[in-house]
Amino acid sequence: MDAIILQILNGLDKGSAYALIALGLTLIFGTLGVVNFAHGALFMIGAFCSVTLQRMLSTSFEMVDETQTDFLGNPLKVETPYVEAWFGPEVGAAIIDWSVPLAIFLAIPVMIAVGFAMERGLIKHFYKRPHADQILVTFGLAIVIGEIIKANFGANPISTPAPEAFRGAMDFGVLLGFEPNTIIYPYWRLVYFLFAIVIIASVFAFLQFTTFGMVVRAGMADRETVGLLGIDIDKRFTFMFGLAAAVAGLAGVMYTPILSPHYNIGMDFLVLSFVVVVVGGMGSLPGAVLAGFVLGILQSFASMNEVKAILPGIDQIIIYLVAIIILLTRPRGLMGRKGVMEE
Amino acid sequence: MSKSTISRRGVLKTGAIAGAGLALPTYLRADGHTGYTNAPGDSPTVTIGFNVPQTGPYAEEGLDELRAQELAVEHLNGEGDGGMLNTFSEKNLDGTGILGKKVEFVTGDTQTKSDVARASAQSMIQKDGCIMITGGSSSGVAVAVQDLCQSSGVIFMAGLTHSNDTTGKDRKANGFRHFFNGFMSGAALGPVLEAEYGNERSAYHLTADYNWGWTTQESIQATTEGLGWQTQEAVLTPVGAGDFSSYIAPVLNSGADTLILNHYGGDMVNSLTQAVQFGLKDRQVNGNDFKIIVPLYSELMAAGAGANIQGVIGSMNWNWQLEDEGTKAFVKSFGEKYGFPPSGAAHTCYVQTLLYADAVTRAGTFNPCGVVEALEDFEFDGMGNGPTTYRGADHQCFKDVLVVKGTENPTNQYDTLEIVDQTPRSQVEYAPDHPMFGGAEASLGTCNPGA
Repeated sequence: MDAIILQILNGLDKGSAYALIALGLTLIFGTLGVVNFAHGALFMIGAFCSVTLQRMLSTSFEMVDETQTDFLGNPLKVETPYVEAWFGPEVGAAIIDWSVPLAIFLAIPVMIAVGFAMERGLIKHFYKRPHADQILVTFGLAIVIGEIIKANFGANPISTPAPEAFRGAMDFGVLLGFEPNTIIYPYWRLVYFLFAIVIIASVFAFLQFTTFGMVVRAGMADRETVGLLGIDIDKRFTFMFGLAAAVAGLAGVMYTPILSPHYNIGMDFLVLSFVVVVVGGMGSLPGAVLAGFVLGILQSFASMNEVKAILPGIDQIIIYLVAIIILLTRPRGLMGRKGVMEE
Repeated sequence: MSKSTISRRGVLKTGAIAGAGLALPTYLRADGHTGYTNAPGDSPTVTIGFNVPQTGPYAEEGLDELRAQELAVEHLNGEGDGGMLNTFSEKNLDGTGILGKKVEFVTGDTQTKSDVARASAQSMIQKDGCIMITGGSSSGVAVAVQDLCQSSGVIFMAGLTHSNDTTGKDRKANGFRHFFNGFMSGAALGPVLEAEYGNERSAYHLTADYNWGWTTQESIQATTEGLGWQTQEAVLTPVGAGDFSSYIAPVLNSGADTLILNHYGGDMVNSLTQAVQFGLKDRQVNGNDFKIIVPLYSELMAAGAGANIQGVIGSMNWNWQLEDEGTKAFVKSFGEKYGFPPSGAAHTCYVQTLLYADAVTRAGTFNPCGVVEALEDFEFDGMGNGPTTYRGADHQCFKDVLVVKGTENPTNQYDTLEIVDQTPRSQVEYAPDHPMFGGAEASLGTCNPGA
């Protein structure tokens, strides 16, 4: 039982990332009709917002310490971060320690700007082109962004730890009445899950309870009619692209303590997230979220030794297997609407 | 109005003659009159090929290898401070290139893909006329390129490759490995693990599901079981899995008190980071403090893992903090040129380039068979690992192996690993027909000069 609960917990945080990326993908597809293969790159840019802020906050000045030597035997240049000099060692260190959560404030404007630039500069020229063209151009864009990141940050994963307060793990089993140390769950993964819930709820609330959201939903259902009412739906959809980029970026920011960011991190999530979108139902926001969590949990279960002993290699194919079964039995996915991508 | 005299037959004939004409110089250069592939003849220069990952997951290591290789070329051509040429026990290299020919180089990108690496090496041999290929950061790539070099008649001086198979069942007469291997890691780690953690332990392996992971697990498992440790479980994990949490979670209640991560590169960074996040380093199991072991360390990966690596034991081929004169000379040259200490991958590629040049000089020829003869059972010193032998039976270097540990209180950004033990070479030696290295069937074959 404890193993099952552990895998459910693991699936929740993995599913959170899938759900957030798939949510953005669905927003873009539902509003603009674009199949955006660069969405994984947006997740990666978000992750590198964390790295960038960490580096900005750690920017240091050098002082020569004659009592110590460097690896060449020269007097050691001791680096002191400016924030520690300005705010004192303890406050400065705490600011650097919290660089990942603080990166949220950097990522939101950056990601909206990137989303706007991407949509206005490139993707809008492909609205009326076949989906295959959209996939090719966005996939190419993802590769270009990955290479730019590599040129600036290198190819190796970069350590971006969670704040000290959230390192380590909590004894989740005790809360459920198990023996101590039976079900251990890292604090940061719990934070990530809760963060994902807040973001998903915010997006749904925005679409459900604001006039802007209502118009966007109306545009998703019938773009022409909304246009005939004199509403500039294109501008709103461009904003939604920016919002989707911000959601992917925030997912990336907060995921960095779980997975050290590297230039290919977006690609790792992209294909799985597309499967999530298809399984959830093209254009269905609740479907994307539901499928994200379901597939995340199933993937965790498939990694259990007991399961792999019966079905070797199942952990590698479970998501695709489930996708096939669901699409065979429910061709529009779990919550897909009639008419979407069926023309 | 004029009548065209161009006919289909004429175009085909002209094309065939032109094609043969263009191909002839390459053919002559490849299999020239001197009896071996890409013989430099009277050319004042000789070209060697640096085939390293410049893109892909191991690009950072590849670029560090390239830095070291360029430094080696500088030293061979008499530029810079000479580096390890000043400490090398052989004094044949005098800064005038190799056999009086200035050394030039071309680079290729393996992308850490066997097929790409082979194509890159093939282009270097056929198009650029390389006499030797060196570099790489993966055993799969090393085995593939070694095989190509064997069939093409050039020497392959392997870069970072740790699988037993490179000089085991896949050994080749034209291939040489300076880097250590999985068996040596196990042999070096054994005494330290026994001293630090005792004989009553239960190990759980997470192993990258490819050739290097399998041979490393086999070697380490043999060592730990030899110490009396139990092997609780050995789980294969997909390469590049990213999130290893679903593989780490079962470790918690498995009864194991030691996690052995047979992972390298980004996989090692992620699995170690996530194992620490799951609180494994803070657990107590069977009355023992839970321990994590990483059989193969790299400075670049240690930097990626950050503080998670603190106290975690592993092994290395070489480390810039060694105190011998060879290491000091290399670190000084590299550090002054690039501003940071070299990695183990850089060291092995630098040394391989110098060893090749020295072997050619001693042999008095670039002929691969002469080089093979000069390198087999060659004993040398002053290259950073103490007295070293290139064993003739399998072309594996035998030297001391380092056991290292993640630094508990780093004093600077390069202070990631501290040396725990320098395991003497006698402790990591094995028979050439050892079952883990292909047994009695494993053979180098005969050297191929290519002509």
